[in-house]
Amino acid sequence: MTPPEIGRGYAGRMSDPSPGYPAPNPSSGAAEYPAPPVPALALRGLAKRFGDKIAVNGISLDVPAGSFYGVVGPNGAGKTTTLSMATGLLRPDFGTAFIHGVDVWERPLEAKKLMGILPDGVRLFDRLSGEQLVSYAGLLRGMDRSVVQSRVQDLLAALDLGKDAGTLVVDYSAGMRKKIALASALIHAPRLLVLDEPFESVDPVSAANIRGILEQYVASGGTVIVSSHVMDLVQRMCDHVAVVSAGRVLAAGTVDEVRAGATLEDRFVALVGGGMHTGGLEWLRTF
Amino acid sequence: MAVGALYAAGVVLGCVVGLVALRWADPQTAQTVVVLGGALVMTGWAVVPLVASAADLTLDPSRFTTSAIPMRELLPGLALAGLLGLPGLATLLASLATVVTWSRGFPAAAGALLGAVLGVLSCVVASKLVTTAVASLLASRRFKDVSSIVFIVPLVLAGPIMTAVIQGGRDSRDYLPGLAEAVSWTPLGAAWSVGGELDAGNPAGAAAKVLIALAFLAVIGGAWYLLLKRAMVTPPYTGGGSRKAGRAGLFGIFPATPAGAVAARSLTYWMRDPRYAGSLVVVPLLPVLFYFGGAQSGNPELLIVVAPLTAFLLAWSISADVSYDNTAFALHLAAGVRGRDDRLGRALACLAFALPSVLLFAAGSIALTGRWEWLPNILGSSLGALFTGLGLASVVSARWTSAVPAPGESPFKKPPGNVTQTMLVQFVGMGAMAVLLLPEIAMVVAQLVTGSMVFAWLGLAGGPVFGLAFFVAGIRLGGRWLDRRGPEMFAQLANNR
Repeated sequence: MTPPEIGRGYAGRMSDPSPGYPAPNPSSGAAEYPAPPVPALALRGLAKRFGDKIAVNGISLDVPAGSFYGVVGPNGAGKTTTLSMATGLLRPDFGTAFIHGVDVWERPLEAKKLMGILPDGVRLFDRLSGEQLVSYAGLLRGMDRSVVQSRVQDLLAALDLGKDAGTLVVDYSAGMRKKIALASALIHAPRLLVLDEPFESVDPVSAANIRGILEQYVASGGTVIVSSHVMDLVQRMCDHVAVVSAGRVLAAGTVDEVRAGATLEDRFVALVGGGMHTGGLEWLRTF
Repeated sequence: MAVGALYAAGVVLGCVVGLVALRWADPQTAQTVVVLGGALVMTGWAVVPLVASAADLTLDPSRFTTSAIPMRELLPGLALAGLLGLPGLATLLASLATVVTWSRGFPAAAGALLGAVLGVLSCVVASKLVTTAVASLLASRRFKDVSSIVFIVPLVLAGPIMTAVIQGGRDSRDYLPGLAEAVSWTPLGAAWSVGGELDAGNPAGAAAKVLIALAFLAVIGGAWYLLLKRAMVTPPYTGGGSRKAGRAGLFGIFPATPAGAVAARSLTYWMRDPRYAGSLVVVPLLPVLFYFGGAQSGNPELLIVVAPLTAFLLAWSISADVSYDNTAFALHLAAGVRGRDDRLGRALACLAFALPSVLLFAAGSIALTGRWEWLPNILGSSLGALFTGLGLASVVSARWTSAVPAPGESPFKKPPGNVTQTMLVQFVGMGAMAVLLLPEIAMVVAQLVTGSMVFAWLGLAGGPVFGLAFFVAGIRLGGRWLDRRGPEMFAQLANNR
């Protein structure tokens, strides 16, 4: 595939139609042909270029509703860029994303109501206390004060942040920041959670804590997308996985389909290629 | 660093020349200057590490906790390192120049040399003692926040303070020798007075002062040793204590709407974030500045411009609000906050303290100057400037980012990012502001020229009307722009980071 001609701004974005995307139209002919279930997240031909570098080179992906979906890839594969375009943080040069059938870039306010996101590498309003930050996230979404208050208490308790609720986020540890950001993403009970590197710098206890919450969320019908480069974690936790490298999807499907009998890690290395030469460091044995 | 060296060299040269010239002054003057100057320098050595939270912590004792250096070598090593810096060498040179001042006989010169050595050592050790004592304090975020805000006060008031000091010095010239005599019996001045005592033929006094200086050095040296020993095994603790839930703060006061939440968050930042609080601290200082400025230039009525000027400055201060958010702005974007709510919230937060301040300044300045005929126009133009400025700033900060210090950084730090664009935005924005404020300016000028009260009342009516119109228009336009270009703004913020 030739690199996409990148248009400027959002004028060129709509030139790419949404191939094969089923229009959400539950009323027509539902009796004879049951409409295919609307995916929680559908990416269609997403592409983004930064200067000379093509970060994302035409990614299309369906994330089924109710799945626990892992996006894995080496550093610089375009995971964060893809998820940013899928969640309305970064305008794609081509393509678009649908959240439960709502076009993120056509009807952003509607789409954003449906999802909670945990972006990687962005700051928080860290001069607020943890409690204030999560309340702020709720109030920004126009939620009722009393609902916000009770949910904040529940979330802080569930994430084991209760005793630091009044501490300023700037004084939090890295793991606590991840957790408070996750709480901010959960406050409005979204149908889809998009989490970029949720387990980075999180201690094992907190990680197990977060996993428990996410698994419960999926069990009750929510959809979770996590990006990670910890294969082991993805293999144990997710039911679906997409392998992304150099801005393309190399493989996608259920975890068992993708790993095809091998471990996910071996399969990943085979797909992405490289990294198998271990020679040339003989001096390392000369101590 | 090069500029610092040049500056230090200049100061040292000045001191050395002055001290050499004192060789031919009468002994009392020489003693007064040397003792008071020395005491001042020593105080500086002890106090500066407290204020300069950005002080170089290269030799922070906690950095040595992991390397096994025996205390017996570490202590002199750290002291020597303190001496070898720019301030150390400068102090050493100036102190040695006092030997020339007292080269009026062998005993006096020798005493001055001993005093200089003791004095310089005390300076270095006192400074090390203070840095070690407050090392964990310096590492705490709360202390950094507070010190960077407090630091602004003397900077803003530098003019009036200098005037007061010079005036005070002039008035108390006769009083200074007495003060020097008293100070010379304290640890701060004892070392510096040895040469003068010997020159005055007072060996007993000189011996007593050497003892005072030695004892002081021993005490602070011992204290430093103990603190250092403790610091080596207890790394500084940087976090604050944890606090329980139940403090909604301003979020409980503002209405539970998106705009209300933004206002609560912004106002919280105005109080808690040094980058904002710094400007907030300056507000009550503005009338002081204008009062002194007016009094010194023999034109006390200058004070009445303080209200419109404060209105202008405060309103314009939110013109880089989104840039101050940095990438935390992602939360607004992710939550799908409408641009209008975002703009309105930020403007209301500023208004919450700007409106009372401006009204108070307007009434207060008029009452102090007694120019009541100007009250209507000052009120009108102040309110006009405040609301117009907020409207314009709401548009500007929705479209352009500025290079501002990142969250958690010192307000004085040179910010990363596009400086040219920042300058351009600020410059063009101020120009646009002047154009939008033409009606108010016209009324003030008209009253100034004709002296007719008609223009005063027109100004009072026109200011708020025009201001509110621009305010509403600014919130709407800025909101629409932000709705349309939110992701592009975020991309710019991520670039500036």
